[in-house]
Amino acid sequence: MQKVPFVTGYLTEHFGDDDYATLAGYRRRGGYEAARKALTEMSAEQIVELVKNAGLQGRGGAGFVTGLKWSFMPKGNDKPKYLVCNADESEPGSFKDRLLLERGPHQIIEGILIAAKATGAEKTFVYIRGEYAHPADVLERAIEECRAAGILGAQCLGSDLAHDVIVTRGAGAYICGEETGLLESLEGKKGQPRKKPPFPAQFGAFGMPTTVNNVETFSHAPHIVKNGAAWFRGFGTEKSPGATVFGVSGLVQRPGLYELPLGTRLDEIVFQHAGGPLPGRKVKGVIPGGMSMPILPVSQLDVPMASEFLRERKTLLGTGGVMVLDDTVCMVRVGCVITYFFRDESCGQCTQCREGTGWLNKIMQRIERGAGSLADLDILLDVAGKMEGQTICAFADAAAWPVQGLLRHFREDFEAHITHGKCPFPQSFEL
Amino acid sequence: MVISAETRARIDAAIAKYPKKRGALLPALHLVQEQTGWITPEAARELATIFDLHPIQVMEVVSFYNMFYDRPQGRHHVHVCTNLSCSLRGSRELLRQLEQHLGIEAGETTKDGRVTLGREECLGACAWAPVLRVDETYHENLDVDAAKRLVDGLE
Repeated sequence: MQKVPFVTGYLTEHFGDDDYATLAGYRRRGGYEAARKALTEMSAEQIVELVKNAGLQGRGGAGFVTGLKWSFMPKGNDKPKYLVCNADESEPGSFKDRLLLERGPHQIIEGILIAAKATGAEKTFVYIRGEYAHPADVLERAIEECRAAGILGAQCLGSDLAHDVIVTRGAGAYICGEETGLLESLEGKKGQPRKKPPFPAQFGAFGMPTTVNNVETFSHAPHIVKNGAAWFRGFGTEKSPGATVFGVSGLVQRPGLYELPLGTRLDEIVFQHAGGPLPGRKVKGVIPGGMSMPILPVSQLDVPMASEFLRERKTLLGTGGVMVLDDTVCMVRVGCVITYFFRDESCGQCTQCREGTGWLNKIMQRIERGAGSLADLDILLDVAGKMEGQTICAFADAAAWPVQGLLRHFREDFEAHITHGKCPFPQSFEL
Repeated sequence: MVISAETRARIDAAIAKYPKKRGALLPALHLVQEQTGWITPEAARELATIFDLHPIQVMEVVSFYNMFYDRPQGRHHVHVCTNLSCSLRGSRELLRQLEQHLGIEAGETTKDGRVTLGREECLGACAWAPVLRVDETYHENLDVDAAKRLVDGLE
């Protein structure tokens, strides 16, 4: 991974140090002391309460309260219980987990150990996207170091917790980032999401009680155990505590990864940290949280990056992948790229999604070619509306929302294609 | 038998890691592909036997995932990300130039069997766009000339 501009906080503080990915380097900086405390001095209930009080929310896109999720796991040991670390990062515009895996593998394992104690899980499956061959190697090496040092095994860190971590590589399917699609894939099947209920805490991996958390979510846990809930709440907003790693990409001067408190304003991220638009250009719109999240026009970037504020502007935080589009960009082409992706990645089991994603893409391409009509804009919104909330998983919503966002804020781009009979943006990126 | 003894031993080691045998099917498909380049019908039948499945249950998994192949592939995979952040940074032009350079379209393999060219959805390297993947290695911030040199250097 080449160097990019970087702002660090507690998660990424040592990511510039090459030895931080090794056990010795991690321990030199206090690594595994939080896990030792959790495993030897705290009860499962105390850990769950602590993480609940900290208000940590899942960093994989849905933002569910992590401590609450952990509390859903059944008590007792009549069945094996599992954790799953979702490392299938595949939301376009999101690339923070890759960094966390490559530079901070022991931070993830330490978080896993804390969660294992909290939930009584005996094993963790890290499901990592197939394309992340190098991050998977780095994590495997870290796991081997932990087994050799007794951090993982029959008595983790000398405690009575037995735990092991298994890495499973995916094979290129966006839907496997959805937690039940992931579970199906982990079991060696097509990654088609399951109907809920039953939820994974009752019927998860291999039919056993399971908690699924994102790579970054696990990475926060050691810091909360070490520093306490009040410390964690010192970052971020009242409803969205802590920091997160924002990935900024697209047409800005300094695309990169920026660890900042939740609630940092979007315009601060785009114009200060990422340096604003390329010379001679102006920002036109920004996708705030990965490609599934509806776009905001430049006039609405004065919004704190936390879901409670973004929701007021009809978008969400998602994975914190900030994609910046400038005044050369044709928003219909953006719509073509987005709808092609969802058409390609729909798993096909729900009609609304399988057919709807195809329709959205076909109509979008027709408008881009200059062959669309004004009625097509109503059809786009009608199809998107009929996909929302109608399917087994949230993929169809994720496909519908960006189309609705583009039409909400950039309808004039679509109308211009239709009235001119061609794309009116000669400078736009090639399709 | 197309699955070698060595690959079979690695599949058995993978099976031991999972509570149910079938959990090792994706790892096994990766291992077989490492050995044979793609999932041949014979390999699918042998995997079905190992995992107590019907061959079609193996093939439906193969066809679901982009990284499993049900037909012969080039010795190297060159995949260009064409998702939004990379498109904004010129990846479509990069792919078009590579298509012309190799004389094939995305999805095809060169006549000498050297390179299979493909387009790929987001690779998770958006700040380094445009990005392409050669087999298991990412190459970032590439211009067209650098990408052509990279492809020409593949054996």
